[in-house]
Amino acid sequence: MLQLTVNGEARQIAAGSRIADLVRELGLDGRKIAVERNLEIVARSRYGTDTLAQDDRIEIVAFVGGG
Amino acid sequence: MTQAPTMTQSQSQILADKPLVVAGRTLGSRLIIGTGKYASYEQNARALEASGAEMITVAIRRVNLSDPSEPRLVDFIDPEKYIFLPNTAGCFTGEDAVRTLRLAREAGGWSLVKLEVLSDPKHLYPDMTETLRAAELLIKDGFDVMVYCSDDPVFARKLEEIGCCAIMPLGAPIGSGLGIQNPVNIRLIIEQSSVPVIVDAGVGTASDATVAMELGCDGVLMNTAIAEAKNPVLMASAMKHAVIAGRQSYLAGRMPKKRYADPSSPLSGLI
Repeated sequence: MLQLTVNGEARQIAAGSRIADLVRELGLDGRKIAVERNLEIVARSRYGTDTLAQDDRIEIVAFVGGG
Repeated sequence: MTQAPTMTQSQSQILADKPLVVAGRTLGSRLIIGTGKYASYEQNARALEASGAEMITVAIRRVNLSDPSEPRLVDFIDPEKYIFLPNTAGCFTGEDAVRTLRLAREAGGWSLVKLEVLSDPKHLYPDMTETLRAAELLIKDGFDVMVYCSDDPVFARKLEEIGCCAIMPLGAPIGSGLGIQNPVNIRLIIEQSSVPVIVDAGVGTASDATVAMELGCDGVLMNTAIAEAKNPVLMASAMKHAVIAGRQSYLAGRMPKKRYADPSSPLSGLI
């Protein structure tokens, strides 16, 4: 298992998982989200190819109400 | 009867107004509203409809991972129907703002954004040196930047010179509802700008929006004035009319102020 930090919280995921696997496990499929990995934006086209690594820091954001 | 102006004349004068265009996007309404502080997204959506606004500001925040089924803004307000303007509210450095808007561009797929770099939580006044620096970074990165700024004409000019597509001076501190505090500066900014000037923040009630538009602003952006009204949907409708009234009043050109009375009825022919 890999140890990740996702939105500031510790989380585990199977070794070899890709960004798309994480997004699916979190129930965020098909949502207008953006993913940042170790401060680098991950393009949507790379969710299916980029493999997660030990200690990755992931941020997943979406639009909310704001002024 | 033949001397009376026809409706057709006044209507054609109203129609002579050009629509607001920001970075190539034409807006049917000069009112832009925020989507924060509402009791619910459902109420927010009804207020938006009543306001007639076509552009809304939105924030970017972490997805709530503990409850992925919580209500989402996009379930109530369709990004295909309205222009979503991602903001950088809560950012206090240029780097924070750039990072936030790059994420917004990835999430939404569009490059029109609202930049605001704040200084002190007490007054939420923009940090203008950071704002200018962040705007430069964003413009180099291909963003169309609508910029929240102080009502300082000098900084407003610098922001326009570096390529911001709309200048958005505050009327009063964010969320204060104090109305337009410095009409002299707002008017100076309007006169010198060749991009749209949109008063952003400070409007408390409908007459404040009208005052801003009568100064010659191209639009008004507000959030709290609608969201924290006792009846937000009714206030949204009031704001729609206030912005239209102010715009038409500006275009019509007000009468000169006089120091003494001037009777409206003829003085001749008195019995």
